[in-house]
Amino acid sequence: MSLVLDGLSILAVCAGALFFLAGTVGLLRFPDPLSRLHALAKADNLGLGLVVLGLLFQAAGLPAALKLIGVWLLTLLAGATVTQLIARTVRPTEPQA
Amino acid sequence: MADFMFAATGLVVAMVALGLVRLLRGPAAADRIMAAQLLGTGGTAALLLLADAMRAPGAVDVALILALLAAFVSVAFVNALDRSELDRK
Amino acid sequence: MAFDTGLAVVVLGVAVWTIAARKTVAAVAGFVAFGLLLALVWVRLAAPDVALTEAAIGSGVTGGLLLGAATRLRRIEPSAAGETLGIGLKLAAAVLCILVATGIAAIVLLLPEPAPTLAPQVAKNLDRTGLGNPVTAVLMAYRAIDTLLEVVVLLLALVGIWSLAPDRAWGGFPGARHHADSDGLLAFVAQLLVPIGILVGIHIFWVGSTAPGGEFQGATILAAMWIFAVMAGLLDTPAVNRRWLRLLLVIGPAVFLAIGLAGFAVAGGFLAYPEAYAKVMILTIEVPVTLSIAATLALLVAGPPERPPNG
Repeated sequence: MSLVLDGLSILAVCAGALFFLAGTVGLLRFPDPLSRLHALAKADNLGLGLVVLGLLFQAAGLPAALKLIGVWLLTLLAGATVTQLIARTVRPTEPQA
Repeated sequence: MADFMFAATGLVVAMVALGLVRLLRGPAAADRIMAAQLLGTGGTAALLLLADAMRAPGAVDVALILALLAAFVSVAFVNALDRSELDRK
Repeated sequence: MAFDTGLAVVVLGVAVWTIAARKTVAAVAGFVAFGLLLALVWVRLAAPDVALTEAAIGSGVTGGLLLGAATRLRRIEPSAAGETLGIGLKLAAAVLCILVATGIAAIVLLLPEPAPTLAPQVAKNLDRTGLGNPVTAVLMAYRAIDTLLEVVVLLLALVGIWSLAPDRAWGGFPGARHHADSDGLLAFVAQLLVPIGILVGIHIFWVGSTAPGGEFQGATILAAMWIFAVMAGLLDTPAVNRRWLRLLLVIGPAVFLAIGLAGFAVAGGFLAYPEAYAKVMILTIEVPVTLSIAATLALLVAGPPERPPNG
């Protein structure tokens, strides 16, 4: 059983690292700030989510697992808002007509 | 398992280091804030992986604080930028 | 180990870039990145309490402080950039830094094996303090006087910052008024994030007696959440001449000092705790101190008063 869990963890963490790679490549190679922002936000939140998933299989009990999920949700919330705010500095929102 | 987690952490840190290149070059100020965001998310992932690799549950608390404070610092940066736009108008 | 070497190289790289950065805001971004990487290093060195403090104070709150300073200096940044330091002065500063770093490295690397340490005695007497976390035991029991002095120093720093207020704003509101943004995004996220942050701050403070954490880290999170609410326009900074604010700032050090002096009568020395009540005493000190430090740190970042107190 623990071998299965270990295998699943490895799979999930590898996938997460792959998404981080994708996000960083996007950050470096996309042509303009907004597309870079898109790559960063999607890839990194998903990357962290997959890493958390992989670590959940190794977690030492319910409180530890809940804490891991809490960290991910917090990062999602903060990331979503900050992404919007950063986008606004690049292209200010149109004034309401 | 611990070795694998270390390797994964190393990979994530390498990604973050690469992202710092954008911090260095980024023409727009937004690029630098983005690199800081990457640092926050990547750093959180690295800390969670380290917590497992080193059997150090305290590092999960560090990740929690990092997530909160990354949001705080990013908003502070955006605010500092906004003020500079306002000054210039 | 390859991972550690890689981490060290990245840390050095970010440090070099931060020093060489031209614009202040970019340098602050580099500094915050450096702080985060340093927190990783501390976790690798099995010092999670220090990692918590580095992430919270060293990187987060200090980043906010530096950004505030950079914003205030923005008006004079072009003219200040014109007066660059001479190459001789920069070289002298670099040489001095290298000497200090080499000295510290030499001391650490030349320590005899095993290095002299008080850690066994700390561990042996840990249950007499009623605590489970040796770092908190050192901070609040063995070397409580250092913590008391730190708290007082923070307060003095705040007084120093307040003294920078221009005459017309004396005792007034720190910083400019932030207004909630027009589409309410920042205000919304602040309304979600700040209560969560307060809970996390209290959790980190509470858990510090048996796990990594403690009053400074918890207070820093509370301070950061307060500043967050101010930045989002949910709150205004309080005027610094308000009595309740000054009471909040002083109550921590006052309780600390009172218990310290009571130690003379009750247990035979300054800041000595009667053995059966050690944990209770430590808790009685920690709660007001956390509140005071949170207020002090938040006001330090808010800066000197800029708007008059009554108008």
